[in-house]
Amino acid sequence: MAELTPSVAAPATAAPAHHGPSYVKTWGILLGLLVVSVVGPMLEIRVVTLLTAFGVALVKAYIVAKYFMHIDVEKRYVTYLLFTMVVLMGLMVAAVSPDVLKHDGHRWENRAAKRSVVRGENSAKAAAALPGAVHH
Amino acid sequence: MSAATETHGHAGHGHDAHHDEGFIKKYLWSTDHKMIGFQYLFTGILMAVIGGFTVYAFRMQQAFPGTHIPGFGRVTATDYNALVTTHGSVMVFWVAMPVLIAALGNYLIPLMIGCDDMVFPRLNRLSYQIFLLSSVVLVASFFVEGGAFGGAWTSYPPLSAKAEYSLTGTGSSLWLTAVALEFAAFLMGGINFVTTVMNSRAPGMRMFDVPMVVWMIVIASILFMASVGPLVAGAIMLLFDQQLGTGFFDPAKGGDPILWQHLFWFFGHPEVYVVLLPAMGIVAEIITVFSRKKLFGYKTVLYTAIGTGVLSFFVWAHHQFVAGIDPRMANVFSVTTLLISIPVAEMIFVYIGTLYGGSVKLNTPMLWALSFIAEFLLGGVTGIFLGASGADVYFHDTYFVVAHFHYTFFPIAFIGAFAAITYWFPKMFGREMNDTWGKVHFWGTIIPFNGIFIPLFLLGARGDHRRIYDYRHFPDLMKAGMQDLRVFATVCLLVLLAFQVVFLVNLFYSLVRGKKASANPWNANTLEWAAPSPPPHGNFPEGLPNCYRGPYEYSHPDRAEDFWPQHVKGA
Amino acid sequence: MMRPIATTRSATGIPTGKLAVWWLIASEIVIFGGVLGGYIMHRLGHPDWAHQAIHTNTWAGAFNTFVLLTSSLAAVLAHQAAEHGDGKKAAKMLYLTVVGGLVFLVVKSFEWSHEIHAGYTITSNTFWSFYYTAAGIHGIHVIVGMIIMLFIAADAAKGKELQRVENVGLYWHFVDIVWIFLFPLLYIAK
Repeated sequence: MAELTPSVAAPATAAPAHHGPSYVKTWGILLGLLVVSVVGPMLEIRVVTLLTAFGVALVKAYIVAKYFMHIDVEKRYVTYLLFTMVVLMGLMVAAVSPDVLKHDGHRWENRAAKRSVVRGENSAKAAAALPGAVHH
Repeated sequence: MSAATETHGHAGHGHDAHHDEGFIKKYLWSTDHKMIGFQYLFTGILMAVIGGFTVYAFRMQQAFPGTHIPGFGRVTATDYNALVTTHGSVMVFWVAMPVLIAALGNYLIPLMIGCDDMVFPRLNRLSYQIFLLSSVVLVASFFVEGGAFGGAWTSYPPLSAKAEYSLTGTGSSLWLTAVALEFAAFLMGGINFVTTVMNSRAPGMRMFDVPMVVWMIVIASILFMASVGPLVAGAIMLLFDQQLGTGFFDPAKGGDPILWQHLFWFFGHPEVYVVLLPAMGIVAEIITVFSRKKLFGYKTVLYTAIGTGVLSFFVWAHHQFVAGIDPRMANVFSVTTLLISIPVAEMIFVYIGTLYGGSVKLNTPMLWALSFIAEFLLGGVTGIFLGASGADVYFHDTYFVVAHFHYTFFPIAFIGAFAAITYWFPKMFGREMNDTWGKVHFWGTIIPFNGIFIPLFLLGARGDHRRIYDYRHFPDLMKAGMQDLRVFATVCLLVLLAFQVVFLVNLFYSLVRGKKASANPWNANTLEWAAPSPPPHGNFPEGLPNCYRGPYEYSHPDRAEDFWPQHVKGA
Repeated sequence: MMRPIATTRSATGIPTGKLAVWWLIASEIVIFGGVLGGYIMHRLGHPDWAHQAIHTNTWAGAFNTFVLLTSSLAAVLAHQAAEHGDGKKAAKMLYLTVVGGLVFLVVKSFEWSHEIHAGYTITSNTFWSFYYTAAGIHGIHVIVGMIIMLFIAADAAKGKELQRVENVGLYWHFVDIVWIFLFPLLYIAK
């Protein structure tokens, strides 16, 4: 026979006060990372761009989750829940990419998609060749 | 039966100051979970009548093509498309989900876990209002220029994106808006259900003491939450394609129509388990009570339900085997689809194990529960044919698919609903439904149901395409006997629809004139039966109960009585 | 209306409101995941979109990232104040967060009107369709967050319902994280 667990019916107690590095310091680090993520791609080296733009995004997200949202002092399953959702999205992109991302396979090609890519390139070239076009 | 409830802290005094509620506050503006549950239930029943009317019209067209259908008129090709689209959308989104999840979840969860309401009553009211709005928007789409959306409930672009193809430009945007609103309502409701069950259980109610139907509704809500997001995104994109001329799904503009299919089915497949699990939960409650036996494997059922839910995210492209997806993906999805039949079969085995050796009482709810098991089983095994991609190349888009999913959906949406309503009616309304008329309704539904869909399996195997409004255009499909099968199925449908009148009369008559019910007419264990019938605002006037054991302690050897309510302190 | 006893229980140990916000965030991850996933797949399959993406205003995007990060700082300081029972300070910090959101929206509207004026409309190219849709859905979440925050700040200033400060902050941080990913996807991947 189950014993009554007293805590089950207790009203929610206030969460323990959050300590840790100062929030302002964390914000400073986030701004520094932002600068890195803007400057990095300016070097126009592909690997550097990927690392600085997207790698930094991951780091920033982690910092916000850990230091602002205090997800690390929350119950473990909250992290698992959110992580599962992210993984689910990864699964979806992985499974759908062969159809949407790729425009040919062993024995097929997506001619409509290829045509639209060519059209996009051509119209960009035409726009760049116009007098007064802005070049970046 | 003595109800020895323990008082918990202070009883819910403040809730009783609602004696003099006006009509509006009590029925239309209520935050009480029971009233909101009724609102969803009766809206769902009304929408079921609409869904039933659509199937009447298009099946009559199939059986007697080109004739004037009584109550509708001539069914043109555009009419036919709108009718099948409306039928599918209404039955899935505006009948199955509101009745099984919103109505039963709202009504039962606080009662079964022993608390006085949902944790967010005003959010609950808001979610019903948004749902109601979605129903209004959908019905409004029937009356705009062009009529209701005619692009099938799956709404594939470019048919659904371009008005010149679907011929229902305004209707398609209204449909999309209605579906989006319905999703928002259920997302809100889902958060309410999950949080309530996680946090507000009665003292002593551990995870494995929670009744199975509550678990199933929670798992279903989580599945819904995790799967609907991409479709919400896709719906916004489709709406922009329709109204603004963007090209998200238009290859000429750099988009891809297959993306919509994937977004839709990534949700669409878990969705069928979203509605299946609550129905299985309802059956679990009923078969335990009316065989006076505990559930054969509580943890087995729970873990396989979770396993089914997880696996359901890995099977979606079996709806797209012939859509031109990468064939290597088709192999993967074939394997996963066949695998998912295993946990579901396991649950059925546990249910059969529960019934075996029990003291079975064949009243109306039990008849529905038993028929669920039998009919759903048939639906499930026919899904195996479709899950194998090689066979599906032939079966896709034929009536074989239609018969398969009706053998699963009809048990889920209708058998499940009838089982639940006949079982919980005494608690909900404090009166009993007439059991004899209930059995008449039961047989008058089950027999014609099989009479409708067995012919459809045969027709599908012989090549009947879906979504054809007049088979006279297809001489190959008008060979000997085929039109006879179509007529036979339609006649069975008419019989089935006629018998639903018996149910509706029984329901409404019993509401006002039924024999008064006691608190626990079925001698059941779960906490809702500890409350009065019907429960007042606040649910448990003598104080919220504590929980001392699991929900299925029937025929326990230490007890004189063959049931042991969860809230009764044992010796 | 009286709060039901149900709302005050906490079998998990997590307060009910906070638990609900975590579930809300979970469901929002899949919504944004759908939008961003769809965008990523198209973008990788359409190298020609680089010619369109080059016209996004990286400085506006970076500035907006700075604005949202700062507003997140304000939100977490509001939470800290609420934890110490200082409702008035919490309200002030929340108002600052709302101001941050407002600045974000103003910058965005300038950015968008400039782009639309230059001919980059939602229909001119599917890149722009994704651009406006993704940022638009995000923007709606910002607006809704701001509105809810104002209500909670009003209560907090009176010392009421201080636990909601943390909850709305969690939502706001999530909206910030979405932007943290939107920024490189829309502005940097050129």
